[in-house]
Amino acid sequence: MEQTTSLVQIKGIRDGLLASFSDAPWEDQCGALITQIDERPAFFQGARLAMDVGLQVLKVNDLVDLRDRLSERNVVLWAVVSESPTTEKTSQLLGLATRISKPRPEERKQFADVISDDTALFITKTLRSGTRVEYPGHIVIFGDVNPGAEVVAEGNVIVWGRVRGMIHAGAKGNRSSFICALDLSANQLRIADEVSAMLKPQKDPKPEIASINSEGRLQAELWHTG
Amino acid sequence: MTAQVITVTSGKGGVGKTTAVANLATALAADGKRVVCIDGDIGLRNLDVIMGLENRIVYDIVDVIEGRCKLKQAMIRDKHYPSMYLIPAAQTRDKNAVSPSDMVRICNDLRPDTDFIIIDSPAGIERGFRNSIAAADRVLVVTNPEVSAVRDADRVVGILEAEEKGSPALIINRLNPVLVKNNDMLSAEDVLDLLGIQLIGIVPEDESVIIGSNRGAPVVTDTKSRAGQAFRNIAKRLQGHDVPFMELEQQNALWSAFQRLTGRK
Repeated sequence: MEQTTSLVQIKGIRDGLLASFSDAPWEDQCGALITQIDERPAFFQGARLAMDVGLQVLKVNDLVDLRDRLSERNVVLWAVVSESPTTEKTSQLLGLATRISKPRPEERKQFADVISDDTALFITKTLRSGTRVEYPGHIVIFGDVNPGAEVVAEGNVIVWGRVRGMIHAGAKGNRSSFICALDLSANQLRIADEVSAMLKPQKDPKPEIASINSEGRLQAELWHTG
Repeated sequence: MTAQVITVTSGKGGVGKTTAVANLATALAADGKRVVCIDGDIGLRNLDVIMGLENRIVYDIVDVIEGRCKLKQAMIRDKHYPSMYLIPAAQTRDKNAVSPSDMVRICNDLRPDTDFIIIDSPAGIERGFRNSIAAADRVLVVTNPEVSAVRDADRVVGILEAEEKGSPALIINRLNPVLVKNNDMLSAEDVLDLLGIQLIGIVPEDESVIIGSNRGAPVVTDTKSRAGQAFRNIAKRLQGHDVPFMELEQQNALWSAFQRLTGRK
C-alpha cells in the first residue's frame, strides 16, 4: 500500500484532482492509480482528473485504456500534462487538455525556453474537427486543416494542404508571423491579436500567404514565386 | 465462423443512424445472415420502434448487464426474419448503466452463433458513443450532405482514428440529387473530399423511408424504393461483395419526371 501511494501522487487542485506520475513503468503506475481509486470509491466518485505524466512516452492505446478504466469508475480524465512531445500529441488527438489552468512550476517554463524561434512541430496528417494543436514554435502541417480544427502557434504556420479551420499564428503577440497554405479558405485566421473572418471558398484555389500589412490589417495575398 | 461487429455512428443526431441500422440488419437477414442488433442509446431508445418490436420488449440490455436475465431472454426475434434479433436499450436508465467492457463482453458472448452484430450508437461523442464503439470491428459513419453533419462526422472520424479503430466507412444519407445539381446541397464529392474516408453507400432522399419507419417495416423490404436499393447494396458490400454505386442523378431525374407525369407528387 505504501508503495502504491508513492508511485502515483494524487492531490487536489482548483479544477479537480491531479495525479502526478513518476518514471516507473506505466503499467505499474496505472495499476497503482486504479488501486487508489478502488480503495476510496466515494472520494473519487464523479471526479475530474488531470494527470502529470512527466517524461512518460504514451501511445493512444495507453491513454485510451486508462481513460476507459477510469470512466468505468466514474472518473473523468480531462487533461494530460507531459514533457514528452509524443505524449502531448497523443493527448491532443484524444481531445484532452494539455495544460491545466494552474501554471506548472519551473519545468513548464524551461520547456518554453528550450524551444527557440526556429523549432517547428511537424504534423503529417489531416487535422479533423475537434483537434487543437498548440505549439510554442512554428507548426508545419502536411495535410488539411478541416473545419472545427484549431492550430495555435507562437511562430508561423505552414500548411501543405487545405485550410478550412482556424489558424492562429504569433499567438503570443508576434505581429510579423505569417500563415501560408496551398488553399487558404479558412473560416478564421488570426495573427497576434488581429482576427480576420474570410469566408471565401475558392473555385480554383491557389497558394496564399496571410500576414499583417503596413496598415496593420491582416490580409492574404497570392503566393508569387521569386 | 465468428461474427463481425459493426457500429453505426454519426456524431450529430437525426442523420439516420437508427434507420440505417434497421435497414442494414433487415437486408442482411433477408440474405440469410444471422443478425443481432443492439440499441446503444440507453435512455432514448428507438430502434425497437423502427423495427416494429416495441411491444415485445420484456428485458433489455441493462437487465442483462445487471444479471436480471440471461442474454437470450433479452434477444427479441424479428417479426419477419427469424434469423434477426434485437437487444433493446433500457428507457428508464442512462448511459452510465453500461460500460465499454460490458459491451465487449456481450458481443463476445454473441459472436459464436451470429454473422453480424450491428450496434446503434447514440448521437454525441460521450459515454454512450464510447460504449458503442468499444466492441466494434468495423465502424460506419452516417452523415447527411449538410455542413453541420459533416463537421460532426469529421470529429467522430478523428476520434476513431485516434483510438486506432481503423478508418471507418461512410454512408451519405438523404442526398437529394436535384438539390445537388442546382448547387443547393453539398455533393457526395464535397463530403468525401473533406472526410477523406472510404465510401460504402449513398442513400437518396426518399419519403418511403419515413413511411417505413413509422410502420415499423424498414424500407429495405420495399423493392421499388431507391433508398431501399441503396441499403441493400450497402448490405451486400458489408458481406464483401463488389456492388457498383447507383447512378443517382440520371435515374432520379427520370424518376422525378415520371412522378410529375403521374402526379404522384
